[in-house]
Amino acid sequence: MDIQYVAPRTLDEAVRAFAAAAGAGRILAGGTDLLVQMRNGVVAPGTIVDIKKIGELTSIEETKDGGFRVGAAVSGAVLREHAKLSKVWPGVVEATNLIGSTQVQGRATPGGNLCNGSPAGDSVPAMVAAGAIVTIQGPNGRREMPVEKVPKGPGRLNLEPGEIVVSFTLPPRGKGSSDAYLRMIPRTEMDIAVVGCGVSLTMDGGTCTAARVGLGAVAPTVLLVEEAAKALIGSKLDDAALAKAAAACSAACRPIDDKRGTIAYRTKVAGVLLKRTTLIAAERAGGK
Amino acid sequence: MAKLHVSTTINGEPQEFLCDADQSMLDVLRGPLGLTGAKEGCGTGDCGACTITLNGRIVCSCLMLAAEAEGQQIGTIEGMAGEELHPLQQKFLESAALQCGICTPGVLMAAKALLEKNPDPTEHEVRFWLAGNLCRCTGYDKIIRAVMDTAADMRAAR
Amino acid sequence: MTTNTPDTANDNKWIGKRTIRPDGADKVTGRAAYAADTTMPGMIWGKVLRSPHPHARIKSIDTSKAEVHPGVKAVMTAKDIVNFPIEKSVMLGIQDMRWMCRNVMAREKALFAGHPVAAVAATTEKIAAEACKLIVVEYEVLPFVIDVEEAMKPEAPILHDFIRFKDKPSNIAGTLEHRLGDIGEGFAKADIVIERSFRTQPVHQGYIEPHACLVSVSDGKATVWSSSQGQFMVRAMCAYLTGLPQNDIRAIPAEIGGGFGGKTIIYLEPLALILAKKSGRPVKMTMSRAEVFHASGPTSGSYSTVKLGATRDGKLVAAQGTFCLQAGALPGSPIRGAAGCAFAPYDIPNVHSFGYDVVSNRSKVAAYRAPGAPIGAYAVECVMDEVAEALKMDPLDFRLKNAAKQGTKAAHGPVYPRIGFVETIEEARKHAHYTTPLPKAGKGMLYGRGVASGFWFNAGGESSAQVNINEDGTVVVITGHPDIGGSRAATANITAELLGIDYKKVSVLIGDTSVIGFSNLTGGSRVTYASAMVVTQSTERVITQLRERAAKIWKIDPDAVVWENGEARPAGDNAGKFEPLSLGQIAAQASATGGPIGAGQQLNTMGAEGGFATHVCDVEVDPDLGIVRVLRYTAVQDVGRAIHPSYVEGQIQGGAAQGIGWALSEEYIFNKDGKLDNPSFLDYRMPVSSDLPMLDSVILEIPNPKHPQGVRGVGEVPLVPPLAAISNAVYDALGRRFYSLPMSPPKVLATMDMAAE
Repeated sequence: MDIQYVAPRTLDEAVRAFAAAAGAGRILAGGTDLLVQMRNGVVAPGTIVDIKKIGELTSIEETKDGGFRVGAAVSGAVLREHAKLSKVWPGVVEATNLIGSTQVQGRATPGGNLCNGSPAGDSVPAMVAAGAIVTIQGPNGRREMPVEKVPKGPGRLNLEPGEIVVSFTLPPRGKGSSDAYLRMIPRTEMDIAVVGCGVSLTMDGGTCTAARVGLGAVAPTVLLVEEAAKALIGSKLDDAALAKAAAACSAACRPIDDKRGTIAYRTKVAGVLLKRTTLIAAERAGGK
Repeated sequence: MAKLHVSTTINGEPQEFLCDADQSMLDVLRGPLGLTGAKEGCGTGDCGACTITLNGRIVCSCLMLAAEAEGQQIGTIEGMAGEELHPLQQKFLESAALQCGICTPGVLMAAKALLEKNPDPTEHEVRFWLAGNLCRCTGYDKIIRAVMDTAADMRAAR
Repeated sequence: MTTNTPDTANDNKWIGKRTIRPDGADKVTGRAAYAADTTMPGMIWGKVLRSPHPHARIKSIDTSKAEVHPGVKAVMTAKDIVNFPIEKSVMLGIQDMRWMCRNVMAREKALFAGHPVAAVAATTEKIAAEACKLIVVEYEVLPFVIDVEEAMKPEAPILHDFIRFKDKPSNIAGTLEHRLGDIGEGFAKADIVIERSFRTQPVHQGYIEPHACLVSVSDGKATVWSSSQGQFMVRAMCAYLTGLPQNDIRAIPAEIGGGFGGKTIIYLEPLALILAKKSGRPVKMTMSRAEVFHASGPTSGSYSTVKLGATRDGKLVAAQGTFCLQAGALPGSPIRGAAGCAFAPYDIPNVHSFGYDVVSNRSKVAAYRAPGAPIGAYAVECVMDEVAEALKMDPLDFRLKNAAKQGTKAAHGPVYPRIGFVETIEEARKHAHYTTPLPKAGKGMLYGRGVASGFWFNAGGESSAQVNINEDGTVVVITGHPDIGGSRAATANITAELLGIDYKKVSVLIGDTSVIGFSNLTGGSRVTYASAMVVTQSTERVITQLRERAAKIWKIDPDAVVWENGEARPAGDNAGKFEPLSLGQIAAQASATGGPIGAGQQLNTMGAEGGFATHVCDVEVDPDLGIVRVLRYTAVQDVGRAIHPSYVEGQIQGGAAQGIGWALSEEYIFNKDGKLDNPSFLDYRMPVSSDLPMLDSVILEIPNPKHPQGVRGVGEVPLVPPLAAISNAVYDALGRRFYSLPMSPPKVLATMDMAAE
């Protein structure tokens, strides 16, 4: 079978090529998942659509309201080098930069991390906590959806044939707001998250006034844990509130036993990470 | 299968090659281009032995399609030394920072990129920057020291 | 910081100096040619078809479709490999050709998932891989067993009909026993007796370079370029398995990208040779990383029970150990290392040590750095810690009180000559690491310190060297050992020292099998030890020749010439009568004075003597996540004499790092279908640079009396103590003992939770 490689300059061309390839098309962003899957024989694409030559997908823009639009094919390393984004959304940036080695960070992208469909992708819980909105373009035009709605199950997405993730829109941040991401891995680097936890919150006079919690690697898809957020909101992030939020995280877990961790381990660690991540986010937001 | 024609720049020299659409940059470097300094330790981006630079940024050449090199700047270990060895190469020799040597080209490429970005890294920074370069012989001790020592030498020389 | 032997500790000019290795520049510039870097005109690619089943009878193999696939040049199966019948053992070193011929390609049965079943050579790798898929293998799938304890049960699936134990079909392929004194009497005298059982998982050597080779056959003569720990081993095994005589095989050692014992046997070479012969084309074969994990030998998983008895005053009086080691598909576990080294550091009057070699459905075990010894030491050194605690003794004091010394009779046989074990304990005890208090528990973190000691036999064996003087006074030394970590530099140091010339004037090459005399494997911590002996004797002969040539020029008796400081000087009555002649001056006149100057030596070296080490380790434990990190690590070792201290330190540091991986994060994980579930560096978790602290190596030099420079083997001992040192440190932090490795976060947390309930 002939394999095609195309590197379109415009999004329209990319969508056309991707749609034309039907099920045999694969999007190439950083390639850090795709090439591994090709090598292991998991996928054998007919057409590889390289989206890194398309401006909208490879740029970071500030939106008029003070938020950010991050192209789906921007690498983690480029995200980190964006000083303002790193200051406003440190959790999203640190999560994206936990994917793989320095070598991988120069390539791996938030779009690829999301579209790989792994519940353990590091950037996804942080994006979920951040309330990122994903812009998608396909043969039937453009649409938007909350990031947590994109994954359908391991390796499966709620995207229509031919649709490409274009960008992530991160909302503007008010005073006293910040975010953080922590993951548990056995080593210090180079592992897939056994549990990942993203927390975004707003503090006002020592009280948490808004919060979102994203939890990875504990269910078939990354979870938005609203019960945990509720436990934090209105509290001073005291031990009782943290314990309640941690319990909500553990309760939300529907993990599996696998080579990377056990059900019992993941369930417990989800709560531990929630507490730790929350305190880091609160510290960044100006203290509790 | 029709091959793709790619024009690129490798170690500052213009270079053209033919490749398959699904062929990795590592395969093309080691095969048709004869640049075997980049090693395949895993083929899945987990060991760093195939580290090269793409427009100045380190990447695993096993995780890059050769077709992506079109119009880009590629750097390999073969381009690291000029008439004299790069200070990192010299320091690695003096400090016995290699044993079997199979990871060494990748480690050197990564370390060079680090020192270009951060001339005064802490031990912690060096260890995390190089976490994607597996070495099974040295326990990393002499590698980390060699990188830190080279950084100090290069700072002093400026 | 690393404690270094001062370079000025003696009068030596080169021995003990940190010279730059002769092969270094090629290795930092990417020019060094490793096996996979070699190509030949007309070269084609070989690929292996592997069994998907862990245990299956092979009913038939149909290669007809693959053979006619466009681009395919040759196909082979086990039929093409010399069959060694089960009835008669044919040994090459520790490998039995009956097992090797079944390991390189499945014969009657596929014995592990990944076992080679057939191989194809084709014009491209892709075509070879496609053609493998066209081979039809009919399997009768059989029940399988992988775990060593399971495999020993009477109801376990039996791998080999021909293996019997106590007259019944069994997976126990062999046993080994060491006895000293009477343990019944010994334990009766003990005030404290502690018995514990331990489990370890298979761990892989983890060399970064996958197996690779290139083989060309022309006019019936084969040339093999490959990555191995011994070109003579490659030649002999290829000869056995293909039927070619050894003189028709030339094995050329490529630069080797790590081995740690795992490249002391072969996998691809005989297949490539047969494919090259069949196709008439040079054949290159490389393993993927997944193939390395699935189908090359990790070390054994194990189940061990150790019982120690001591009197109240801290004297060990009896020791008993049972060590069950997983051999994988075919016999050959390192039970000698486990049962032999386990109690070797201690002076114990009554010892019984027993090893079981157990086959099971995973890839055949290969040597891994002090094979078996870390498994035995893990069990013994953890129980030592418990006994010391029960006696309320400092664990190092307890070891010191029982340490083996010159004259101690070891259970595995020898009466020790001068050894440096006591010194390693004393050095560890006074080291700043051991005398510095641990960090106080805080921020939710707990801290602990552990110690452990270890022993490895070290090997001598056959080595050859040739030392040639060039016309310009430079020197070429050829040895027969692949240089896996700087041994060329050590050889150059010795040669330069003895000749009294500049190190840079000495080149050291690794000869292939047609160039240099037989040299046994790079293994057993033997290369610097044995090379030094043959190089020393060769160089001494060269010096005799140099004195003779000078005598001839001066027309005096050779006995009246001495070799000093790189030159011949007249001595005795003739002292001062002639201007000294340098090596260069004598070399320039070599033709006129009798021809080329050079000498070789071949020996079966003896007297390697064991090596001892004591390690100290500090850990930090995150009790909420179960994560253990090594904060500080100090390894003290008696090396006899450090010919090149940097590479000695490197061996110690590398061994400690592998031990940290074994203790905390590395393991083979099999799925329910009996297939390895983590065949990648992503999920087979070797330590990365950010996981480790600096690794402090303390070199002690208590010379080996049986070696010209005092060398003892260095490379393997460092992997013996870490498993227990870390385990003991984790206990110190958590107050909870672990009897199973790796101490992975889920396991640590589960054990903590169990304790809390």
